[in-house]
Amino acid sequence: MTAATMTESRSSTSLKDWIKLRLELLPTLAALVIFIAMVIYGEVAYGRIVQMSTMSNLLINNSHLIIIAVGMTFVIITGGIDLSVGAVIAFTSVAGVMLTNAGWNGWLVVLLMVAMGGLFGVVSGVLVQYFNVQPFIATLAMMFLARGLASMLSTVPERLAADASILALATQFKIIDGPKVNDLIITPGVIIALVVVLVAMFLLHRTRTGRTVYAIGGSEQSAQLMGLPVHATKMWVYVISGLLAGVAAVVYTSRLGIAQNITGIGWELDAIAATVIGGTLLTGGVGFVLGSVVGSLVLGLMIVLITRDGGIPPEATTIITGGILLVFVLLQRLVLARQRD
Amino acid sequence: MSDNGTGPAGFLKEVVRRQYFWGVVAIVLLLLVNLTKDPSYLSIGWNDANGALVGNLVDILRAAAPIMMISIGMCLVIATSGIDLSVGSVMVIAGAVSMQFLAAAPNTFAGAMAALGLALLVSAVVGLVNGILVSVVGLQPFISTLIMMLAGRGIAKVITGGQNTSAVNDSFRWIANGYLFGLPVVFLLALAIVVLVGLLVRRSALGLMIEAIGMDPQAARLAGVNRRGLLLAVYSISGLLSGVAGVFATASVMTVDISRTGYQLEMDAILAVVIGGTSLAGGKFNLTGATVGALLIATLDKTVVFLGVSSSATPAFKAVVIVVLCLIQSDRVRQLLRSRRTTGSRPSRKEAVAA
Repeated sequence: MTAATMTESRSSTSLKDWIKLRLELLPTLAALVIFIAMVIYGEVAYGRIVQMSTMSNLLINNSHLIIIAVGMTFVIITGGIDLSVGAVIAFTSVAGVMLTNAGWNGWLVVLLMVAMGGLFGVVSGVLVQYFNVQPFIATLAMMFLARGLASMLSTVPERLAADASILALATQFKIIDGPKVNDLIITPGVIIALVVVLVAMFLLHRTRTGRTVYAIGGSEQSAQLMGLPVHATKMWVYVISGLLAGVAAVVYTSRLGIAQNITGIGWELDAIAATVIGGTLLTGGVGFVLGSVVGSLVLGLMIVLITRDGGIPPEATTIITGGILLVFVLLQRLVLARQRD
Repeated sequence: MSDNGTGPAGFLKEVVRRQYFWGVVAIVLLLLVNLTKDPSYLSIGWNDANGALVGNLVDILRAAAPIMMISIGMCLVIATSGIDLSVGSVMVIAGAVSMQFLAAAPNTFAGAMAALGLALLVSAVVGLVNGILVSVVGLQPFISTLIMMLAGRGIAKVITGGQNTSAVNDSFRWIANGYLFGLPVVFLLALAIVVLVGLLVRRSALGLMIEAIGMDPQAARLAGVNRRGLLLAVYSISGLLSGVAGVFATASVMTVDISRTGYQLEMDAILAVVIGGTSLAGGKFNLTGATVGALLIATLDKTVVFLGVSSSATPAFKAVVIVVLCLIQSDRVRQLLRSRRTTGSRPSRKEAVAA
């Protein structure tokens, strides 16, 4: 959003110069343009897109994706990657549902789920930071570990009891009661996602830790020489990503009321795609939390449009997501190459 | 293999130093565990009906064949300091292509060959796309192959229309279930391919050049190594071998299971490679080691089923093994071990213990 307003205010001066200066903003702007274009296309082609219920459903159905994409943003800005988020969500949600059904206090279980996610993050962080394991290998191992542990717990869908307190997080509050079902709805899950986004924005863009995250991505060696706490910060980004995977598991489970060991297959790709679409460079050093939010919404809207269209088989969505990710990564390389000239 | 040792003692020392020696030890240990549960575990019988050896060992060899294929492909890719996360998905694509083709084709030898050729062609093309993304476009290997890993299963679903297609073709089925000289054809084929790839890379400069890219791309370029061409070749080979593995895996049941065929097998391949002594950092590779690793994984899978442990526990266990092997390979642990041995304390030692 800030990016868009800045464009307008400065367009009077030479737009070309500005673009040259803030070239890294280009993909984020592109994502915003694509999102708006998709909304317009959807409205024209299928209708009922620009209305309160569709938009609130978009937020409700993608709050978990927004949360993991924010975590992924931290990791990718340091030049790392976290492939374990989908599997961590599967493990924490299955464990959470089973504990709740075993009679544990619901809110304690929520805390435990977040903590378990954080624990996976700690292990990845230690492997990456202290043992120099490549990030994708360490988090890939965590992905298999979490997925394996989830299947050890259960291989059938675990259903929450109808009175489980965690389900309260999916209560739908009508903010504006529109005609028929066209209401502006918000759930505590969406509020959690918004809080996560705000806290992450503050942390990343306004604190010393955030600066260090960018510095590591720019050049780890320089960051180290500048005396920044590289070790601790590099660890923290994986912990943050793990914790947020736990939060996403809470939000997702509360919405569905079911957890299964195959939940979240391919979500790491969605999170990476959302982050990359939002303008975060896969090589690290550049990225915005809000960009990742836009990226998540682009992916979410894509699913809505595919369902509305009906002509595209649902199996093809991963191919489309992969294709979009590929296009944006190529766009980044192009921009980087241009910048170097 | 090790002819520079002096006498039997030197030979033994040389063998123990090789990392895949421990893989062999692990296989023997697993077999011993099985032997204690069932003393006749290792017995091999002869089935007169189809002229084949029967027994648990033969089953293990059969199960090892697809893992051997993806492991040696992965081994070459890792040597270039890349990774191929798409092996499992290429398997399912190859399976989907061959089954979808055979479902409509006549039950003849020619039909089987056409299906095989088509499946291998498609897998090699997928590998080539990976190679183009890595070498020409310059993407990080794990991102391009991750996209393929997740999109690949989608492609397979689109090919079969979301169904688990089955087909009937005796020649195709023979590839996975037939016997030659009493041994499973599938294992003999896999072994032949391993030997072929081994000869190709070790009897020519190819292997050396692959290692050169993995060690130092800059130096390799200055030495005149064609990085782009080699990477294209290596990723295509990995795709092709994964296609072979996919054919092996689907031909035994003549059904492609869209969500299960090749699922999480990329981890098996990485594990086999790491067990075989190939460092994930790239720059060197050991095909014999990768083959031993593949045999170990097949033995492990069979052992878990045999002992009645829930097979859902194996992925978690394998992940733990990968983490441990990565730790052993890391400099910090090596330094720690070395400093223990020489009793010289290094500054990083305290930190490592704390970590």
